Amino acid sequence: MENVNPFVILFASIFTSNMILANFLGMCSFIAVSKEIKTSLGLGQAVTFVLTGTTIINYLVYHHVLVPFGLEYLRFIVFIITIAAFVQLVEMVVERYLPNLYYSLGIFLPLITVNCAILGVSLFMVIRDYTFIQSVAFGFGSGLGWLLAILAMSGIRQKIKKAPIPKGLEGAGITLFITGLMALAFIGFSGIVQIQ
Amino acid sequence: MNTILTTILIITGITTTLALLLTLANTYIADYGERKIRINKDKEFIVEGGNTLLSSLIENEIYLPSACGGKGSCGYCKCAINEGGGPVLPTELSYLTEDDMKNNVRLSCQVKVKADMEIQIAEDLLNVKQFEAIVEKTEDLTSTIKLLRLKITDGQEIEFKAGQYVQLLAPPYPGSPDEVFRAYSIASSPNNKGYIDLIIGYVPDGLLTTYVHKHLSEGDEILFNGPFGDFYLQDCEEDAILVAVGTGMAPIRSILFEMLNKKIDRNTIFFFGAKTPEDLFLLDEMTMFEKELPRFKFVPTLSRAPEESQWKGEEGRVTDAMMKFLEKKEGREAYLCGSAPMIDSTVKTLVERAFADNKIYYDKFD
Ligand code: FES
Repeated sequence: MENVNPFVILFASIFTSNMILANFLGMCSFIAVSKEIKTSLGLGQAVTFVLTGTTIINYLVYHHVLVPFGLEYLRFIVFIITIAAFVQLVEMVVERYLPNLYYSLGIFLPLITVNCAILGVSLFMVIRDYTFIQSVAFGFGSGLGWLLAILAMSGIRQKIKKAPIPKGLEGAGITLFITGLMALAFIGFSGIVQIQ
Repeated sequence: MNTILTTILIITGITTTLALLLTLANTYIADYGERKIRINKDKEFIVEGGNTLLSSLIENEIYLPSACGGKGSCGYCKCAINEGGGPVLPTELSYLTEDDMKNNVRLSCQVKVKADMEIQIAEDLLNVKQFEAIVEKTEDLTSTIKLLRLKITDGQEIEFKAGQYVQLLAPPYPGSPDEVFRAYSIASSPNNKGYIDLIIGYVPDGLLTTYVHKHLSEGDEILFNGPFGDFYLQDCEEDAILVAVGTGMAPIRSILFEMLNKKIDRNTIFFFGAKTPEDLFLLDEMTMFEKELPRFKFVPTLSRAPEESQWKGEEGRVTDAMMKFLEKKEGREAYLCGSAPMIDSTVKTLVERAFADNKIYYDKFD
């Protein structure tokens, strides 16, 4: 994928190939945490941060450790390990030295270890053969896309708090419906650019 | 062969590097040193900083109720942190009421001890301890209900108020792979500090009741902690109504012993509901209470008394008997213990009979 401009990838991963709305990755925390705008913003920022960081590390590990030794098939397990360790490390550092940041997003960090969007981005980066700069753009953009989707969802959920929703659909049910509708709306972007 | 070796080497290399990094970070970055926790402006502990407040308290043998085991999903482990708690975390928000926020109440399992702390815990909770005990006696009260006497063997004494409960621990046994805690009301007198009685009914597939009914026998060792709960006999002179169904007898029995110990002479009626005459138990004791407490009356009510039993007492549900015995009048207290539907319907009846909402105390179990 030498020829795609990193900015195009950045844009596409936010809108046309949105992690949640196009790939349906990272759904569990998306549904569980999108009740309030404030918490969603915290989690969204944390996801963006971790996504960018882990994509960079995984890129380096993959291309400089796994590929030279011909061990590409180990990427699943290695990516998961690095993600887990990275999140732990970042949490410790943030908690200690950036207390304010910790209170806004630190506590969400552990939640993210199990977010499949994080692993998904690292794997896509490998499958699509991105260069380093492209990978960074992709990781950062996917994070922003996730942030955008969860913010929009929490906004909608706050608005419909008082709406007469049928009992059985309250909570996760209606959230999934809205996600579907949002995904349909986002298809509208797909004519602009496509990344594969 | 080579591939296997390089695979192992690479994976080991990566994990070791990461583990090393984390260990270093843990010793240097996450080291908060020793911190002081002051409880109720009185007791003081030195704890290792960086752990949650809940676990630091447990280390010092202070047990806050924590049904979810510190996962931040039950909202039971609340305590007030007046100093050193930092801002409220988003993970706590959904469990804190406005009043909680005003009073610095936090979820202790979410707050980490990073600075010296000044906290406040309800005095009763400071009494909560873990006890080692042996089963001194088991007695079949009916075909499905057992009375268990647990004698404390670790030299401690239990201080509780009549009506409170303990959490009993069942170790793993065939059919139940994990430890389970369940709450049971204490049925014995608060005067007995060396043992507690529990009244435990058999629930098919109930993990703890199966343990008690099928696996536990006299002489066995068992652990429990407590006492917990804000259902207990109030210091008050007014007339009292006691209502229980089945094993709900437990806290009421404790309350009656307390009235006996303290020679509390209040106008008291105890409505006890059961299905058939075989489901009634501890009748001798009730007769004893009636003799010793001058103004106490026991009213057993059977909902399904068979014809041939020639039952002469009350029939129907407890609420029917209450309608019959209670006139409309203010200034009375009620103590109820039983299942949720029974409590709800009883509360309704009581309110109809002019009981004040805040004078109806209950212990609901499912
Ligand atoms: S222990 Fe359950 S919320 Fe803290």
